[in-house]
Amino acid sequence: MKRLRVPKPFIFAVAAVFSGFVAGALLMLIIGKNPIVGYAALFRGAVKNPAVSLSAVGQTLIMSAILCLSGLSLAFAGKVGLFNIGAAGQMLIGGFAASVAVYRLPTDCPKALTIAVILVVGAFGGAVWAGVAGVLKARFGINEVVATIMLNWVAFWTVDYFVRNYFPRDAYVKTTSRVLPDAMSLRLQWLEKIFDSRFVNFGLFVAVAMVVLTWFIMNKTVFGFELRAVGANRFAAEYAGIHAGTGTVCAMLIAGALAGLAGVTYYLGYVTSIQVGVLPSYGYDGIAVALVGQNSPGGVAAAALLFGVLRSGKDFMTIETGIMNELADCVIAIIIYFSAAIMLYEKLSAKLTKKRAAAPAAAETGGGKP
Amino acid sequence: MPPVIEMRNITKTFPGVAANSNISITLEEGEIHALLGENGAGKTTLMGVLFGLHRPDSGSVYIRGEKRRIAGPPDAAALGIGMVHQHFKLVPAFTVTENIMLGTKRFLLNTKKAAADIAALSARHGLGVDPHAKIEAVSVGMQQRVEILKMLHRNADILIFDEPTAVLTPQETAELMKIMRSLISQGKSIIFITHKLHEIKAVADRCTVLRAGKVSGTVNVADTSAEQMAEMMVGRKVSLNVVKPPPREGQPVFAAQNITVWGARRETAVRQASFEVREGEILGLAGVDGNGQSELAEALAGLRKIHSGSLTLRGKDITRASVKKRMRQGLAHIPEDRGKRGLILDFSLADNLALALYDRPPFSRHGLRDFNQINLYAQKIISDFDVRAASGGQTSARAMSGGNRQKAVVGREMERKPAVLIAVQPTRGLDVGSIEYIHKRLLALREDGCAILLVSLDLDEILELSDRVAVISRGRIAGVLGAAEADKNTVGLMMAGAGKGAEVT
Ligand SMILES: Nc1ncnc2c1ncn2[C@@H]1O[C@H](COP(=O)(O)OP(=O)(O)O)[C@@H](O)[C@H]1O
Ligand SMILES: [Mg+2]
Repeated sequence: MKRLRVPKPFIFAVAAVFSGFVAGALLMLIIGKNPIVGYAALFRGAVKNPAVSLSAVGQTLIMSAILCLSGLSLAFAGKVGLFNIGAAGQMLIGGFAASVAVYRLPTDCPKALTIAVILVVGAFGGAVWAGVAGVLKARFGINEVVATIMLNWVAFWTVDYFVRNYFPRDAYVKTTSRVLPDAMSLRLQWLEKIFDSRFVNFGLFVAVAMVVLTWFIMNKTVFGFELRAVGANRFAAEYAGIHAGTGTVCAMLIAGALAGLAGVTYYLGYVTSIQVGVLPSYGYDGIAVALVGQNSPGGVAAAALLFGVLRSGKDFMTIETGIMNELADCVIAIIIYFSAAIMLYEKLSAKLTKKRAAAPAAAETGGGKP
Repeated sequence: MPPVIEMRNITKTFPGVAANSNISITLEEGEIHALLGENGAGKTTLMGVLFGLHRPDSGSVYIRGEKRRIAGPPDAAALGIGMVHQHFKLVPAFTVTENIMLGTKRFLLNTKKAAADIAALSARHGLGVDPHAKIEAVSVGMQQRVEILKMLHRNADILIFDEPTAVLTPQETAELMKIMRSLISQGKSIIFITHKLHEIKAVADRCTVLRAGKVSGTVNVADTSAEQMAEMMVGRKVSLNVVKPPPREGQPVFAAQNITVWGARRETAVRQASFEVREGEILGLAGVDGNGQSELAEALAGLRKIHSGSLTLRGKDITRASVKKRMRQGLAHIPEDRGKRGLILDFSLADNLALALYDRPPFSRHGLRDFNQINLYAQKIISDFDVRAASGGQTSARAMSGGNRQKAVVGREMERKPAVLIAVQPTRGLDVGSIEYIHKRLLALREDGCAILLVSLDLDEILELSDRVAVISRGRIAGVLGAAEADKNTVGLMMAGAGKGAEVT
């Protein structure tokens, strides 16, 4: 009786991605370029010539890893009905906290311990930052979107202040934090050798591990079930004895930890110092990754990989074909629009059926929002 | 004269279900024709075909003798067909007038004139609708009348009511019946969908019974007993009267002492309520809707704070205990609002059936869920309580019909073998067959020694099942009556506020 059924979210995501590429092809045709040539260059740009050097592949992978971690942060919160728009701030704080911790480590500290310190402190920093928003939501009902956006700017200025005053690169450049030696970062020599690139770092494995771990938590554990219950219907969750406030705080803590890990992969691996005056764009790109990945860990991983390819291949496409590299951004943007439209449609139709389901209570409007 | 409506050999299938197979039905001018059937029998679908919402696979529709193709609701409206849907289609933030004007496709809205027209129309039919009231501010019963006005305003003379009484209190139901009769006297014809037999007996001329998408017969209501119709509907003999063994004299297991509970706006919803439920007894809580019974039930279940007073379960104080603690002490709760509280619609049926036990062995060990055990348990409830779901435990709760969702919640709570069960309107919106079944299960649970608090707006249900009846009125327990002294009249008077005065056991 078992029939293989492709899950609906999967079909939707593929449809959105397909539409994005079709629209991109149309754009290329309009500007008089051959889309096949264009896309071929784009994908070639993401891998270049792997027989000679894996550096382009490495570049694509590590970008994808950062996108993946920040996407997981949003997806995890999203599953619990929360919109963690503050992944950028959490990345920054996580990266900053880990950098400060590493500054304090002795230079002969074993590599394994250094990595452990970076990961733990980074995750912790992000968790605390997001946890504040979680507590505000659970205790005072303050919308997490507002709280996390505001916390982004608190993070921005806090890091700005401390970097300028306590950890500047040197006496002249105060807008960048002190640069960490490769040995004191997530960079690994053997990875550098394989990929012929210093950027590729331990964060790659962290991302893979987190995809598996978040999937496991969400789908296999009692804790994950409780969190999903809070996200899907907090009233029913309360009825089942699940404390919605606790769930909210836990979800934000975990989402923040994931963003913190994205932060260390970026600030203590991809680069090795913190530039003040900007919030990491990866934090915002995570929104799109989670959206296209439909909040599922596997989907997030796939979406991160796709976006990583588009990001890292676009400059090569420009050089090869003269198609402006904004076109790759257009493809990304269109994929996001289609995903959002599909999500919206799903939400609306779900709301309608929910209304119908709550037939006897149909009169009490606006009760069902989680 | 040809019938106003004749539907001939209508067949409509949805993927996997034959919702209507070869159904023929006629509506004569000036009659109230009841359409009776259990949930899922195909009543709404058949009316959807008539109203142009569904295209039939085969069959044809004749309006006043002429064959018509009804491609959509506008076609139906042009033919004078109006429908009050099972779930109202009103915009909460709009006024009555705005809602009625909505979709009339006129470029300029003359709201003033429209409001006057609507007021006149409302007065003519004795509906008592205020054209300027916002929908969100009026009761469900009033919203339904707005839907009726909407049809009348569009000059419909064939009126379809899809389960209009499911959302009404007994008083509102009686009013609606009056309105339906008055509409008939003004020359309208009505199709009235319901699964409550006494309503059919009260107003309908003829009744067509559907069972599993097929017509099992059309009868003259005057010549047919409620039992006969129930049998046609369910397909087997149904006993409409519950047989209840005498109560045993059990110990009190669940006792409330001077409980005060606040409502949503911090008003005192329940005031100093005291009562006890004994082992193996059903205590009915009767009251008009909105007199504090919802708040009381929530407070007992731990979902609302008990402001003062105390609550004990088997002698243990649980006044401040968490929901989880109460559950572990053996408290079960069939919540009032199944869509909101009772089920997580996006989760599978199996997850929902284990919702109270998910964190305990054998359903989870060391924090990991055991899906085999969960599915086995779900399967047991599904078969024990005859929950119909397309893909068993893996069905998403959202994809299930209302009646089956309800059976799932009832099954989940009863399967736990609770010491105390708070059952809030356990049969609301269900068909006769399911009601009979749930009543039987409640009585079986009572035989097993469970103390049951039955909260219901249906006084007949309370009187039929309860060993004692507590009456709540404006947040106070007006009195507790033994089965012998609890008759409709006495309880009705106490519900209306004429307290018995006597303190509670
Ligand atoms: N739009 C639909 N798509 C698929 N199945 C449907 C749809 N509408 C109704 N059904 C199915 O058709 C059957 C009859 O439903 P319905 O006409 O709503 O029954 P009733 O109104 O008598 O309770 C049910 O099995 C229901 O699940
Ligand atoms: Mg129906």
